[in-house]
Amino acid sequence: MKYVEEFRDAELAKGLSVAINAEADPDRIYRFMEFCGGHTHALARYGVEDLLPGNVRMIHGPGCPVCVLPVGRVDEAVALATQHDVILCTYADLMRVPGTKYESLIKARSKGADVRMVYSTIDALKIAEDNPEREVVFFAIGFETTTPPTAVAIKQAQKLGLKNFTVYCNHVLTPAAMRAILGAHTPEGAPNVVLDGFVGPAHVSAVIGTQPYEEFTRDYKKPVVIAGFEPLDVMQSILQLIRQANDGRADVENEYARAVTPEGNVKAQALVDEVFDVRDAFSWRGLGSVPLSALKIRAEFSEFDAELRFRVDVPNPKENKLCECGPILRGEKNPVDCSLFGTSCTPDNPMGACMVSSEGACAAHWTYGRFRTELELELEDSA
Amino acid sequence: MNAPQKPHGNKPGSRPLDLKNGRVDMSHGAGGRAMAQLIEDLFVGEFDNELLNREHDAAMFTLPPGRVVMSTDSFVISPLFFPGGNIGSLAVHGTVNDISMAGAKPYYLTAGFIIEEGFPLADLSQIVKSMAEAAKEAGVSIVTGDTKVVERGHGDGIFINTAGVGVVRDGIDICGDLAQPGDKVLVNGTLGDHGVAVMSKRENLSFTTAIESDSQSLGDLVSDMLEAVPDIHVLRDPTRGGLAATLNEIAHQSGVGIELIEDAIPVRPEVKSACELLGLDPLYVANEGKLIAICPSDKADELLTAMQAHPKGKDAAIVGEVLQDARCFVRMKTGLGGTRMVDWLAGEQLPRIC
Repeated sequence: MKYVEEFRDAELAKGLSVAINAEADPDRIYRFMEFCGGHTHALARYGVEDLLPGNVRMIHGPGCPVCVLPVGRVDEAVALATQHDVILCTYADLMRVPGTKYESLIKARSKGADVRMVYSTIDALKIAEDNPEREVVFFAIGFETTTPPTAVAIKQAQKLGLKNFTVYCNHVLTPAAMRAILGAHTPEGAPNVVLDGFVGPAHVSAVIGTQPYEEFTRDYKKPVVIAGFEPLDVMQSILQLIRQANDGRADVENEYARAVTPEGNVKAQALVDEVFDVRDAFSWRGLGSVPLSALKIRAEFSEFDAELRFRVDVPNPKENKLCECGPILRGEKNPVDCSLFGTSCTPDNPMGACMVSSEGACAAHWTYGRFRTELELELEDSA
Repeated sequence: MNAPQKPHGNKPGSRPLDLKNGRVDMSHGAGGRAMAQLIEDLFVGEFDNELLNREHDAAMFTLPPGRVVMSTDSFVISPLFFPGGNIGSLAVHGTVNDISMAGAKPYYLTAGFIIEEGFPLADLSQIVKSMAEAAKEAGVSIVTGDTKVVERGHGDGIFINTAGVGVVRDGIDICGDLAQPGDKVLVNGTLGDHGVAVMSKRENLSFTTAIESDSQSLGDLVSDMLEAVPDIHVLRDPTRGGLAATLNEIAHQSGVGIELIEDAIPVRPEVKSACELLGLDPLYVANEGKLIAICPSDKADELLTAMQAHPKGKDAAIVGEVLQDARCFVRMKTGLGGTRMVDWLAGEQLPRIC
């Protein structure tokens, strides 16, 4: 697997580990947030944290599209699939996300709803073409990476004159979420941000470029290093963040230069602008209502807007009160700080969003890293 | 197979089976002439052995001395035909391998077919031929069977159940609860081939690959392995859930931990690439011709040599070892130099969004 294996090389990892250990100041603690679930996954799957000194802590951010989808939207997806006799198409991760009372699309399917897992928006379009007598809804989800393909599908549906294809749009925006995290306050009103910098998104940045992150270095004085999703990318970006922290700098740096440019993919941005408009606010799991943080379909394409075509009534969406996904997604708490973690909430029976996708902070820690916590606990016990 | 060949063929008054364009209809499961013809012309004709040819409702046989091993498995795979095999060969390999994983030599199989009305006879014929070939290669006989036809829409083409018996000789004691701290963990070849080959043919996935399923019977390999190292502690075929699920089962059964070495686990580059593309982990992808062997550390090299000497084990490798761990964790030293858990699979392995 040329072009991937090189970024997983053990010797180079060792070199980076030595450099990180040498440059990290032992007298301080570094807290960096990797925004993206892809980075969370890479850290956990390759055991990167074993190569970092103990005072360099990685905090898992909210960049996991299914994790931040609020219960209400999941309930709406289930309602669409069960109440309107539509063919509901969506990306696979979403199938297991629990809504109110742990209903999910996978459960709806077992009760007879026509829910189909697709790999691309084009698959959903094809299903609409093949089933002209049925309504086909694409439940669109994801950050800026998955938005352009949804725009393409809507444009294509218009071109084909499809009358039975609509999109339920849940696309969200990365910079808005970062702003929400950096603007967090304690209940007493004091700023409540524990971060020393961000590992910036890889694929998202390939679309939006590096410029949107300048606000965070300028207004919040937090360094951002955009990194690829391979383990060496992540390690290199951590080294760069340590250097910035040591120097007292806050710059946008681009480790993922092989895919990300300052201006990003201008064509994709234009397409997204043509089809979508920014919502005044959108509710995020863990972050609450975040202003200007999501997209809706523009009026010119309203015939493809499932929110306008179907009326879905969902009773009060409810999350488990004990679930700590919110503080975890904001980096204020660790998965193990949640009383549900590993007891009633596991990847087999996820109660909170962070446990659903393998990119979620809780699922990643449970699946790949919990031996580490238990080792630490054991050591503490024996001490 | 040495029995005098019975004259197969048509019952009086019936036309020959149209194996080219014909389809299974409800009469093929109704107990009448059509069913008798299907059984005689297709099943008995292909499976062809002395016990079956007597067309008794039950097969009667004597087994060699030793403990009798029995297993059953049902096959509902979609698509029915995939690169490297089909549901028929899989149905034979699956049960033969389950028997072999007890350290037993498999002897006899049963075959039950649930066929959906309208299923093409040509496909059925191809499936039955593959079963016959697979059985012959594995050295087993399909000695009794059953055919049911369900109405259109009440089945997914064809479902097959096979059950089998085998005999384990004295001195062999193999079970999932016998892994001991210090034991080595071996596999007989590359992982994930079957799952990726099948996935590549699913209708909603359009990627092409040269990967073929590894579906094969493992009895002859196991026989060579036991010849070399009779005190193998555990044998298991990592089918659904792949290496990860099977090792977690063993760890729990034996009350031990297991540590894998990522760099030692054989995975074809094509399988790695396909998994990368689909967001899957090859450790969790199904295999149908692979086995995990756990044996005492001082016998591991000997066992590895025996495995590598067999064509079905030429890519065999020592991939890890058994540890003392009351929590029964399976973990892995990653290629990068860290450590991570290799946990049970939660639900189905679903592709990630981005």
